[in-house]
Amino acid sequence: MTAEAIELDSWLERLPLTLRDLLAGPIPGPWRWIVQDVIAIAVVLAVFPLLFAFLTLAERKVLGRIQNRPGPNRVGWGGILQPFADGIKMLTKEDIVPRAADPVLHFLAPVALVSFSLLSLAVIPYGRHLVPLDLDAGILYFFAASASSELAVFMAGWAGRNKYSLLAAMRALAQLISYELPLLLSLVPVVMLAGTLSPSGIVAAQAGWSAGFLPHWNILTPWGLAGFAIFMVAALAEANRSPFDLPEAESELIAGHLTEYSGFKYALFFMAEYFAMCALSGMAVTLFLGGWQAPVAILQFVPSYGWFAIKLLSLLLGFIWIRATLPRLRIDQLMRLAWKFLLPLALINLVTASFWHLSAGWGAAAQPLRWGLGLALVAVPFVVIGRRLSTGLGPRTYRYAAP
Amino acid sequence: MLGTGILKGLAVTAKNLAGSFHDPGRFVTTQYPEQRSVLPENYRNFPFLVAEDDKDPMGTLRCVACQICEKECPPQCIYIEKSRDKKPDAAGKMQLYPAVFDIDISVCMSCQICVEVCPFDAIKMDQEFEIATDNRFRPLLRDREQLARSNRYFQQVHPTEAAEVDARLAAARRAAEEKAAAKAPPPARQEVQTKPATERPDPPAGGIKTEA
Amino acid sequence: MIENLSSPLVSPAGARVRPVQDAFHGDLLEVSMGPHHPSTHGVFRMMVTLDGEAIVRLKPVFGYLHRNHEKLGENTTYLGSMPYTDRLDYLNSMTNNWAYALAVEKLIGQPVPERAEYVRVILAELTRLQNHTCLAGFLMQDCGCSGTPLMYAFRERERILDLFESLSGSRMMCNYQRFGGCRVDPGPEWLDAVRGLVEGYGAFLDEYEALLTGNEIVMARTQGVGRLKPDLAVSAGITGPMLRAAGVPYDIRKVDGYGIYPRFSFRVPLGDHGDTYDRYMIRVLEARESISILRQALKDIPAGPIIDPKSRLRGLRPKAGEAYGRIEGPKGEIGFYLISDGGPNPHRYRVRAPSFVNLTLLEDLCLGHTVADAVVILGSIDIVLGEVDR
Repeated sequence: MTAEAIELDSWLERLPLTLRDLLAGPIPGPWRWIVQDVIAIAVVLAVFPLLFAFLTLAERKVLGRIQNRPGPNRVGWGGILQPFADGIKMLTKEDIVPRAADPVLHFLAPVALVSFSLLSLAVIPYGRHLVPLDLDAGILYFFAASASSELAVFMAGWAGRNKYSLLAAMRALAQLISYELPLLLSLVPVVMLAGTLSPSGIVAAQAGWSAGFLPHWNILTPWGLAGFAIFMVAALAEANRSPFDLPEAESELIAGHLTEYSGFKYALFFMAEYFAMCALSGMAVTLFLGGWQAPVAILQFVPSYGWFAIKLLSLLLGFIWIRATLPRLRIDQLMRLAWKFLLPLALINLVTASFWHLSAGWGAAAQPLRWGLGLALVAVPFVVIGRRLSTGLGPRTYRYAAP
Repeated sequence: MLGTGILKGLAVTAKNLAGSFHDPGRFVTTQYPEQRSVLPENYRNFPFLVAEDDKDPMGTLRCVACQICEKECPPQCIYIEKSRDKKPDAAGKMQLYPAVFDIDISVCMSCQICVEVCPFDAIKMDQEFEIATDNRFRPLLRDREQLARSNRYFQQVHPTEAAEVDARLAAARRAAEEKAAAKAPPPARQEVQTKPATERPDPPAGGIKTEA
Repeated sequence: MIENLSSPLVSPAGARVRPVQDAFHGDLLEVSMGPHHPSTHGVFRMMVTLDGEAIVRLKPVFGYLHRNHEKLGENTTYLGSMPYTDRLDYLNSMTNNWAYALAVEKLIGQPVPERAEYVRVILAELTRLQNHTCLAGFLMQDCGCSGTPLMYAFRERERILDLFESLSGSRMMCNYQRFGGCRVDPGPEWLDAVRGLVEGYGAFLDEYEALLTGNEIVMARTQGVGRLKPDLAVSAGITGPMLRAAGVPYDIRKVDGYGIYPRFSFRVPLGDHGDTYDRYMIRVLEARESISILRQALKDIPAGPIIDPKSRLRGLRPKAGEAYGRIEGPKGEIGFYLISDGGPNPHRYRVRAPSFVNLTLLEDLCLGHTVADAVVILGSIDIVLGEVDR
């Protein structure tokens, strides 16, 4: 960390570090790093489950407000203790393990799912000094951890020793694997242009403002906008959220991979889903929204973790908003969207990003042309492939019977 | 273009989210039991028997045990036993009264046919709906004492209907008294029985009469 | 997969090879959906036989809500059966009442005063509005929207039910029509309240369509799903919006012209494809036509008696004979067939329930689709188990 960077830090910015050093101070020198890392782990383990708890409450209340009703408001002041009531309910439910099931896999599946989702939270830069694990290949690590959680889905289906839950688990796995490709391809331009796989490096590459108020975030470029859109759609599918929540749709599946679970294990599956949602949103903030950077220079007095929290919460609110509005896609429509729409668009996005990178030296007079070409490279394939994808569908006009 | 329909839908839900904070038309929950909805006057739940005087309900029931409601009730939830003696009614005429009048409200379907066919305005529909019990046998069988409510209560819950019934009954009573007074001096004339209203009572004018 | 079978396919090595398709062809999977199921609109069971993902057979099993309605009708007076008709299609009690009252009025030759006819039309169109709104919400719930269109639909439906409550005393079990008119005269305040509702309903339908009609996912889920051909529909006896979505211009309000419907000008929307999207859109368009009928009726309603003064409440003993009274209910043709033998109770009391008849085509519509589509198709047929099972 350079001396200038340390000067820019306010006491609010350095507050988490100060607290950590206070706690780790008494420990002798060579062992201090263990305590510091344990504190970082403890903080992540404390913050994210609490975030999950209040996110479930926020989801129900926002969903309620969208549907013209209050949402849960009986437990605690305005319903704030509802997640704890739900937690107590989940803990006190009977844990049913089917007799035919493989007990080890049946137990391990939700545990593995939650562990891998938690692992992926380690590399996200939450603030200027707040990265639990600052890896040079952090992006690689993140997607390796979140892809490993797909194995746990398969374990859940396999453990039931039931043909139907296995089929359902395979279907869920197919969805998860199909959407990995657009997810990863949409961030390749980011890595290309930043030149590093380290999340802190990617955030640093988006630093600075033009004319004091236009940030250099990736989303404010044509390829970044397309990449962000593709990333968010793929993240919805990776987290099994509406409109891609077919694995959880009780009305359409004969036996989902989750039907064998009850009580706290069921709660762990949903916790893992929310952790995946938070992790992917956090990564989206890092890759496209400038991480913990403030949007305008004068607002830098708000600490960096504050900005990260604001951006993360807005993306999570977007997830909830989409869930409230859209119906579910069928499995074949889901797959077609991934392979025939998102994948080609993500590949074309690479071309757009390369063009953007190579035209970085163009002067101010050529900027409208640069922008025009960039937006055209994004919009034209979108319209063309979109039209190909929705042949046979479309608004209709209706006739009336002759009087 | 692909996606415009989804964006329009997102705009509608956003409008409802914002509107739920300031527009009562977009936040329509009544938080029961702290808030109650205002019931319209015509709302009906289970029947009750009208008694003229709330100090002596059993002695002043309008019901004369004609058993028309028992016959017309579709699920046959009313059970009536006539008395053996007669008592004077509000107009002074000697009438039978119901010794037993039971309604099984686990069978009653609140269709209010009993109210429509009663020639004496003796049974009307109540509006109480918070009547849950934890025993589905005896507490759901209402006998005479539990069914009787005073005419004052009837005026409170159904003001328009009660006013119309009271006016009609008062007019009938006046007509009967005038006829009796006109015939009182010459005893040779055959006493004309005052007839209670036998034609079907006019339906009360509906309309929203929400109480403040 | 090298087996010694009499298969025509031979590999280059000379051994007989079974095609890969056959190797994976397993048993057919039979699944029972319901009767306890979140999407079956009541206690209804579908025995579905699947080959992989596609449905090859579908057997609907119902009768879980059978309540002896027709036998009860034989043991109850004509007036006493009126509250039971509320409970047939329990969402649309006003139209059930009207169909029954029409049958009895035909049986005894009972005229109906003008004002009562207008009130009947107003209530029937209000019922159609709330039924079609409700159906759109349920269909979207089946497609997977987590409740938002359903809540919006019910928000508006509540306003109509409040109107029914202030008029007849009950939101859904209205028991309002009588033989020769209606039970209670709606005063001017009630009619003003209906005017207010009708004026605002068009805006609600616009917002609802903005949420759903152009939504690409809704279109992908419903277009091309469950196509119904017009000749199959006619030969199966389908009526109502399902028939008109298939393209057959048959609306009993126009064909029979019962009541005073010939006085109102309204259009009958028709679909071209007969799929789920058409069934949904036809209902939305019909709701808009209902708003137009309501405006006309509210403008022209005359003063007068609400029930024929000569009609009798008790002691109805029609002469021996039979009558069939039918109306265009929101779900289709609802008809009552009564045979009288001169006594106080009918000799035979038969209900022609539209949901029951429309449900007979469920298998034909679902063949080849997936289970997810079967749920959506069932939602678009718009059944109410009270009618199906009686």
